[in-house]
Amino acid sequence: MSYKAAMAENVTSKTGKPPRTSMASSKQFADLLSKKGFNFYAGVPCSLLSGLIRVLEDDTQTSYFPAVREDAAVGLCAGAYLAGKLPVLLMQNSGLGYCLNAFTSLNLIYRIPVLVIMSWRGEGGKDAPEHIIMGEINQKLLQTAGMCHSVLSADNYQEALEAARSKINEGLPYTLLVGKGLFDEGH
Amino acid sequence: MKGTEAFKKIIPLLTDEPVIHANGFICRESFNQKDREGNFYMIGSMGLASSIGLGVAMCRPDQKTIILDGDGNVLMSMGTLAMIAAAAPKNLLHIVLDNEVYESTGRQRSLSKSIALDQVAQGAGYPHVKKVTKKEEIKPAFEELMGKSGPSFLLIKVEPAFEKSTGRVTHTPEEITARFMKALAATDGHNPL
Repeated sequence: MSYKAAMAENVTSKTGKPPRTSMASSKQFADLLSKKGFNFYAGVPCSLLSGLIRVLEDDTQTSYFPAVREDAAVGLCAGAYLAGKLPVLLMQNSGLGYCLNAFTSLNLIYRIPVLVIMSWRGEGGKDAPEHIIMGEINQKLLQTAGMCHSVLSADNYQEALEAARSKINEGLPYTLLVGKGLFDEGH
Repeated sequence: MKGTEAFKKIIPLLTDEPVIHANGFICRESFNQKDREGNFYMIGSMGLASSIGLGVAMCRPDQKTIILDGDGNVLMSMGTLAMIAAAAPKNLLHIVLDNEVYESTGRQRSLSKSIALDQVAQGAGYPHVKKVTKKEEIKPAFEELMGKSGPSFLLIKVEPAFEKSTGRVTHTPEEITARFMKALAATDGHNPL
């Protein structure tokens, strides 16, 4: 579905609820990513990132590669960086466990940066049971591994991406945690 | 043939291709036989040589790219075979040295004695797949696959080296990144496929 069609569908929501703003914020954030120089996207989807992934897939200027596992997406992004691209990895926080070895034995020691956009399932302990533990520990895990991160919100896109770019310019990965509501399509 | 002999056949065939190496024996043997700036030695992150190689190949479609993988790495990341087949980079050659053991950790057996990795690659959808078992078959198979529109898969069945363990890569990971990127950037625009 095109971005325009998705917007139209949002406006004429069958449930009669007010139109969601997620498509608008997804589009705004995707544009900002391009403006900041990011030009390679891969990942494993999460419903909390569905709007952003849709925008990236619909935009003819960007492409999003569906990886089979989060750590394979880390490898793919590393290869893209080595070939001169600035990569973005999109994933759910459940993928963090799979990625820790790749982050610590590849990205961090080789100075291969990547922007990780990671959904925060289980935030505040309110979610399906499988998300509760990781939702509670994901920031601690990132910190323990030496991965800089911040929490993205609708009013800090610019600052968050500037912080990310500055770490990435040092050759380090950076993670932006995305809570519910920012880029959802309401699954 | 021993794994070391396979490297002696492969290395002289390389020109300016970026070569992404799986960790363990693959990295160590290649480094010790002939170090190249275009060699990316992945010393950790087992299983990811194939996805790193795919990323390079996708982002440099003008440049032939080679993955030097091992059976343990391929078995760990079989899903990446699907990613490679689906992305279908024409410029990618995926070579697997299959000694049916985890050589650098003490030659514990892997599953590839009973799993035909060439058939797995074929099933995943690599358009060109070859298997060789003799060292004199390596050069013709390599040259044939390098001439094809990939992704291609070359399975080389080898015996474990059974020799004194080969020394580790002595470059720091940061050095490996810097010189690999420099070597790869220098080929930009030189190799229109």
